[in-house]
Amino acid sequence: MVQHDRVQQTIMNIFMILLVLCCVLPFLLMVISSLTDETTLLKNGYSFFPAKWSFATYSYIIKSAGTILSGYLMTILVTVIGTTCSILMTILFAYPLSRQDLPYRGALSFFLFFTMLFNGGLVPTYIMYANIFHIKNTIFALIVPSLLMNAFYVIMMRSFFTSSIPESLIEAAKLDGAHEMQILTKVVMPLSKPMLVTLVLMIGLGYWNDWMNGLYYVSNQKLFTIQMILNNMINNIEFLSKNGSLFGANSSVVDIPTVGIRMGIAVIAVLPVLVVYPFLQKYFVKGIVIGGVKG
Amino acid sequence: MRSSDKVSAVACRTKKRKSVLKYWELYLMMMPGIVYLLINNYLPIGGLVLAFKKYDYKKGIFASPWAGFSNFKFLFSTRDAFLIIKNTIAYNLVFIILGTVFAVLVAIVLNEIRAEVPKKIYQVFILIPYLVSMVVVSYIVFAFLSADNGFVNKSILHANINWYMTPKYWPYILVFVNLWKNFGYNSIIYYATVIGIDSSLYEAAVVDGASRWQRIRNVTLPGLRPTIITLFLLSIGRVFYSDFGLFYQVPMNSGLLYDVTTTIDVYVYKGLILLNDIGRSAAAGFFQSICGFVLVMATNLVVTKLDKDNALF
Repeated sequence: MVQHDRVQQTIMNIFMILLVLCCVLPFLLMVISSLTDETTLLKNGYSFFPAKWSFATYSYIIKSAGTILSGYLMTILVTVIGTTCSILMTILFAYPLSRQDLPYRGALSFFLFFTMLFNGGLVPTYIMYANIFHIKNTIFALIVPSLLMNAFYVIMMRSFFTSSIPESLIEAAKLDGAHEMQILTKVVMPLSKPMLVTLVLMIGLGYWNDWMNGLYYVSNQKLFTIQMILNNMINNIEFLSKNGSLFGANSSVVDIPTVGIRMGIAVIAVLPVLVVYPFLQKYFVKGIVIGGVKG
Repeated sequence: MRSSDKVSAVACRTKKRKSVLKYWELYLMMMPGIVYLLINNYLPIGGLVLAFKKYDYKKGIFASPWAGFSNFKFLFSTRDAFLIIKNTIAYNLVFIILGTVFAVLVAIVLNEIRAEVPKKIYQVFILIPYLVSMVVVSYIVFAFLSADNGFVNKSILHANINWYMTPKYWPYILVFVNLWKNFGYNSIIYYATVIGIDSSLYEAAVVDGASRWQRIRNVTLPGLRPTIITLFLLSIGRVFYSDFGLFYQVPMNSGLLYDVTTTIDVYVYKGLILLNDIGRSAAAGFFQSICGFVLVMATNLVVTKLDKDNALF
């Protein structure tokens, strides 16, 4: 019996290990490719065991600070500003909704919730942001559309407030003569740290990884985030592959980084996330579970 | 209404009005959010009328002339309409079914494994694909499938298949990539449910001499049933929406793959931004929003009937 069980355990562990490899190896390939000598790459293709290693990609990236560095700074800027504003708006919206005694609470909750059921879609949203609000090629284009406040996160925060902040605490604070803002900052917030961390991570990840807003609204390369630089390079690659014959070997019209450099930039794009993630994994998991299981 | 009712109704309204004033700080807090939702979510809903208009940039949305159903007639007269609806729904159904089966499998395996440390390590790693953007994923796919120097062509098959120009492989590729990216996320949700199953049920099963498979079939799966059904239904509700990055970025926007990689979202994007064909993309978007809404409402109502806790309302 024990033998049988041990065999089952082994099989299951092997299954999971294979899955883990499946998840990790592609990234490994990416990293190794970025550290492979360019000629080797072109000759032997992407490989886990390159014939020749080289730091050329990264020294190029560091030297040609220019676009890549500004892309990085842009990503960080957008993520920090976006996440801060978003978290503030989420808290400010969720807290009143969590107060049972708020008049018209139901209507306001529905007002929030309805946005999860029905939305106008890309066409009206784009035309509105581009032609009415003129946010094209501004930094607002990277912060405001869709990401600034998400009903899903507001509901998560509100549920947290409702279930974890005892009304008696709020009552007590009110008896002490506190304003609502004071109650929020001095009573509710200190008790909400875990939830805050979870939301900051999820919202932050959303901003870090976003490339769609840039794709729709930004063509000015100075405003590109890392994701947008990567995206732009894909478009250039296909453009060149379709029209390669039109350009000579020394084409400076379309500036395409070499194969290794593309991988290098991709590595840079994911590195912060992958480095930070293991330390904060439990918050991510919590966010996923709360979002998925409790709705 | 009797006069006493009228009085209490008025008193109620006055009480409410007084309360509203009392809570002014809370309402003030909500103002930024309300403004944002109005602009970001509700205005575009109004903009859906674009599907029925012939949009003129100079005139703006509301002054543009009406076009009745001509945008829709134009859209549905093309073979594109059938193509994008078929692609969107077919891919989503495969994603949902395959995704659910696989995620449940992983969750159950994770639960059955006894070694504590490996269990935690597995959980950490399977979530990694979820954390990266689709753009990065498309680079990884390119590293594997590039015709000239991809890992698959050079190191595995030693062949020269031009992946990005051969449509027939892409349904499989896209299903695989979608599964790879999302299985960790979904598994964790199911795993969280599984570990919540009452352990005394397992103990009873063991006492009754149940094998591992019997335990899974009779305790674990029934315990997961509500979550599986709920998540399944909620996914069905979103069957008209697709992951734009998956269908646009990963195939590197290759024209030859159009027939197998164009979903409603890709079609709307291309029509709007690349081709400036507002009429048809607005019609497609409208179709998606309406069908999506009806389906979301329907599936949520079903979920409410089945499982009060997990319903959204």
